[in-house]
Amino acid sequence: MMSDTAAMETPPPMVETIIKVEDLNFYYGSFQALRHIPLEIPKTRVTAIIGPSGCGKSTFLKVLNRMFEIIPGARAEGKVLFWGRNILSREVDPVDLRRQIGMVFQKPNPFPKSIFENVAYGLRVNGKTSNLKERVEWALRRAALWDEVKDNLHRSAFELSGGQQQRLCIARALAVEPQVLLMDEPCSALDPLATAKIEDLIDQLKREYTVVIVTHNMQQAARVSDFAAVFLTGGELVEYDETKKIFENPKDKRVEDYITGKFG
Amino acid sequence: MRLRRGRATQAIAFTLLSLAMAGVLVALGTILSFILVRGVGVISWEFLTSFPRQAMTEGGIFPALVGTLCLAVGTLFFSLPLGAFAAIYLVEYARQGLLVRIIRMAVNNLAGVPSVVFGLFGLAFFVRALGFGISILSGSLTLAFLVLPVIIRASEEALRAVPQEFREGSLALGATKWQTIRKVVLPVGLPGILTGAILALGRAAGETAPIIFTAAVFSARLPDSVLSPVMALPYHLFVMATESIFYEETRPIQYGTAIVLLGLVLTIDLVAIIIRYRIRRRRRW
Ligand SMILES: Nc1ncnc2c1ncn2[C@@H]1O[C@H](COP(=O)(O)OP(=O)(O)O)[C@@H](O)[C@H]1O
Ligand SMILES: [Mg+2]
Repeated sequence: MMSDTAAMETPPPMVETIIKVEDLNFYYGSFQALRHIPLEIPKTRVTAIIGPSGCGKSTFLKVLNRMFEIIPGARAEGKVLFWGRNILSREVDPVDLRRQIGMVFQKPNPFPKSIFENVAYGLRVNGKTSNLKERVEWALRRAALWDEVKDNLHRSAFELSGGQQQRLCIARALAVEPQVLLMDEPCSALDPLATAKIEDLIDQLKREYTVVIVTHNMQQAARVSDFAAVFLTGGELVEYDETKKIFENPKDKRVEDYITGKFG
Repeated sequence: MRLRRGRATQAIAFTLLSLAMAGVLVALGTILSFILVRGVGVISWEFLTSFPRQAMTEGGIFPALVGTLCLAVGTLFFSLPLGAFAAIYLVEYARQGLLVRIIRMAVNNLAGVPSVVFGLFGLAFFVRALGFGISILSGSLTLAFLVLPVIIRASEEALRAVPQEFREGSLALGATKWQTIRKVVLPVGLPGILTGAILALGRAAGETAPIIFTAAVFSARLPDSVLSPVMALPYHLFVMATESIFYEETRPIQYGTAIVLLGLVLTIDLVAIIIRYRIRRRRRW
């Protein structure tokens, strides 16, 4: 885990910000789940959101693609600038937004359709039905699933293992060609081997996609992410920095306790 | 000590429950055998496919069977889409507030309205006001209103049983709400909706009161359009038993008709049960 001190002194690489969150407050009815969050998410990097359960990690992701809107009584205040445009404003159509900011859920949730139709789904609803087969193959290859399913494309997605189902969900999201991929504890329902595959995949994906991954597994955050944001109970962001700095030299005492507590 | 008393109470409760169950079975068995014994003699292919003769003291029930089937299809034609769309609105679109509670209460109250009231409404509205006359159309519409609450409730249940993860998965891919409903929610919920509709249909097929004033006549040829009046099994039975001057002579035919009606309703229910069983077995989420 620990690396030499030289690494700590390297200045942060200059990267472009793709999503800039300003003073975000979030409420479920009268319950405030996020408080004054500022966060700049760098393009084509992996940003991990870590923190104890119930601190608002999933909530934060749901704001980024406005999925919170399907929850009655939920509302967000503040700004979420995606390429400089506030996606919380009324003028932004959440349907368009979600085509650019895809999402993978905690529990694999393929549709009760064939493998092929699962991947084709996003394309069909987007009207991108030309070269459907090629696009589906492309997405399955991207998600490192093609070789395992290429002969069974018309089998039900439920016949796949949990890990394969999760990669199918990733393929399904990639097929729509989003710029950002949100992942909410994508490995929490998977065994270590399947988890390793997804982590490798995330490493591949960050070359072209911006990945925001929620995890409560510290080792996973350390392995896959470039930047880490630590939320603590009450919905506050307490520290945000390059992952290695957070792990090697946390500035906030509570973050240090949290990280070491998890390790010990 | 306490444990033993608990056991004793359990034994008593169990015995009572078994007795109640046995009572139900005996009642059902009595009714069925009573009808079967008296009517099974007249059941034949001939009985099902020929017209009544000699003021119904001879011959078969073909037109009544056809009439009932026409009414059943017509009822489904109106009630299934209407009920399913109402349920989609209530479950997927409407804000779960006061308005929805009122609508739901209205639907539940509609289910408690005696069927003869539907018959009178059908007479006043479809037969008279809209001028559809005594016809398959009027009868189907009346029956459709009768079964609508059942279909709406069954459809609501079926839609609520569709896991929320499917909706989320679809919306997160940039599907609109309607695309999500049409391509994910409905295909998953449809078998449940159909099961509810078919069960409701079984009920409609056996109803007499709603069709007395709206669709059924004592004697008719086969219908040639939706505006034709028809004979129908339950009405046929009712008329033979109460209004025919030959009610003694038609007894065997009455029981035969009862068997056919029962058989029809049970077959419809069986279809619904099979569909439901197959969904449950296939479902893996
Ligand atoms: N649909 C909801 N309605 C009301 N409160 C919610 C809802 N979802 C989450 N919460 C609350 O918001 C807080 C943050 O939840 P969440 O974002 O799911 O946390 P995390 O993903 O970090 O475990 C928790 O206190 C949780 O109880
Ligand atoms: Mg969570």
